[in-house]
Amino acid sequence: MRTINILINKELNNCFNTWGIYIGYLIFFCVCGFYIWLSNNNIFYLGQATMMPVFTIINWTQFFLIPALTMRSLADEKRNGTLELLLTKPIKTSELISSKFFSNLILAAIALILTLPYYLTISLLGTVDHGTVLLGYFGLLCMAACYISIGIFASSLAKTRVAAFFIHYGIGLCFQTLFGMAANQFHNDPFAYILNYLSMEEHFDTLARGILDTRDIIYFCSVCTIFLALSRFFVSKSRF
Amino acid sequence: MDVVVENLTKSFGLQKAIDSVSFKARKGEILGFLGPNGAGKTTTMKIMSCFLFPDYGNIYFDKYSIHKDACKIKEFIGYLPEHNPLYEEMSVIDFLEFIAKIHRIPGYKIGPRTVDMVRLCGLDSEKHKMIRELSKGYRQRVGLAQTLIHDPEVLILDEPTTGLDPNQIREIRELITNIGQEKTIILSSHILAEIEATCDRVLIINKGKVVANGTSEELRKKSDSDKILKVNICGASEPEIFKELMTLPHAKVTHQKDEHYFNVRCDRHLNIEKDIFDLCIRQDWYIHELTPIETRLEDIFRQVTQN
Repeated sequence: MRTINILINKELNNCFNTWGIYIGYLIFFCVCGFYIWLSNNNIFYLGQATMMPVFTIINWTQFFLIPALTMRSLADEKRNGTLELLLTKPIKTSELISSKFFSNLILAAIALILTLPYYLTISLLGTVDHGTVLLGYFGLLCMAACYISIGIFASSLAKTRVAAFFIHYGIGLCFQTLFGMAANQFHNDPFAYILNYLSMEEHFDTLARGILDTRDIIYFCSVCTIFLALSRFFVSKSRF
Repeated sequence: MDVVVENLTKSFGLQKAIDSVSFKARKGEILGFLGPNGAGKTTTMKIMSCFLFPDYGNIYFDKYSIHKDACKIKEFIGYLPEHNPLYEEMSVIDFLEFIAKIHRIPGYKIGPRTVDMVRLCGLDSEKHKMIRELSKGYRQRVGLAQTLIHDPEVLILDEPTTGLDPNQIREIRELITNIGQEKTIILSSHILAEIEATCDRVLIINKGKVVANGTSEELRKKSDSDKILKVNICGASEPEIFKELMTLPHAKVTHQKDEHYFNVRCDRHLNIEKDIFDLCIRQDWYIHELTPIETRLEDIFRQVTQN
């Protein structure tokens, strides 16, 4: 655990020493703000003090921004040779992958914290169901965790940032919309049930509506575990 | 700590990078790794550092095996990779502190140890700079500092003097020699003179196989190259001396640029010195100089890697 902490500290220090992360946060904050207050579907048009549209836009914005965070995680280490430096130190592959995951998750959580002023403003405008909001944020964090693990997996496969970026989008898009869309095509088929279960939006919607279901938690945990295990496998494979 | 490499074999696809490589490096010994490009030096070193795993064979660091105790081994080895990867966005001090923490050096020792390394590797004036701002020589020093920061028992240095100027090379060479008295050092280099000057033992690897192993002296003795003597004889005209030297059995004589200097080449086991001496007595000449020209490591290297 100590090694993971050291690696997380290093990742976060390096990240906050560059302009990129601040620009990313600014874009995230502005895009969410624009959609909530200024777009055609703004909160006043809906006439309800609900965080649902906020969550929708946060969900899509983090879907587009997380690859920018994760694409460099392992691909850069491989390209610069620092993977060799780290793995010849007393660091296990699993510790390296975990540190990448948690450092990115912390960055994603900070982005979510940045949207709290919107929540506070909306709660001042009307009555907000705080439990639902809490679960909604929890759902967003779970989704961010899934996309981060997918991003790390993409980065473990690719040798360059760009390749990692596109692999991430390819896989991410399946979970974000394609599985859901495909499930609609099969209607009452058992295959539709499987595709529906794989769709991330389906699970997020349940949480955003204020329902805490263990199936959703198991789903998010499974996606994270599978992609992180695959990342570990591909990093280790290159050493054999 | 002794390092024993046993039948190490590693392939990349269909190509065998190293094939049944075995050798031993003892504590307090500096082992030089030589070989042409693509001979398998770096692959062997990567396996020794537990970055790559062999298809077959094992490496023992005392009782620890790379297959079972990779994590433990990484704690007491210091490895400097060939291209010296560093985190360019970190400052020298931050980077060294990060490496010290990774090696689980107690918190109260990290500061003094980092300062020691900065001094030892001559990084005092550059310690607060970002690594990306450093010249290649200084980067190499940072690489060496990170290799040494946890006081490892075994040092694996893949071309440690690449990119350094002659003064820096000398300093690093001295540093390695000093450290080598207490530790096991395995280093590779393309500079044969450097290997000869620094290492106690030389291992030449070619096409993935060990082709020569021993001290420079042992290799010279084993080498089947001819004995060459540089002779300066006076007492007659040059053509006359040359003509008489040519009559010596089993010897090839060449005339040198300098006046009255000749190179006499013959089989290593022949006592040609006596024949030259006898000839001079017969002809009433005198020998000004008779110097054996040592077979250079470069000749041995060429001989074993070109066969």
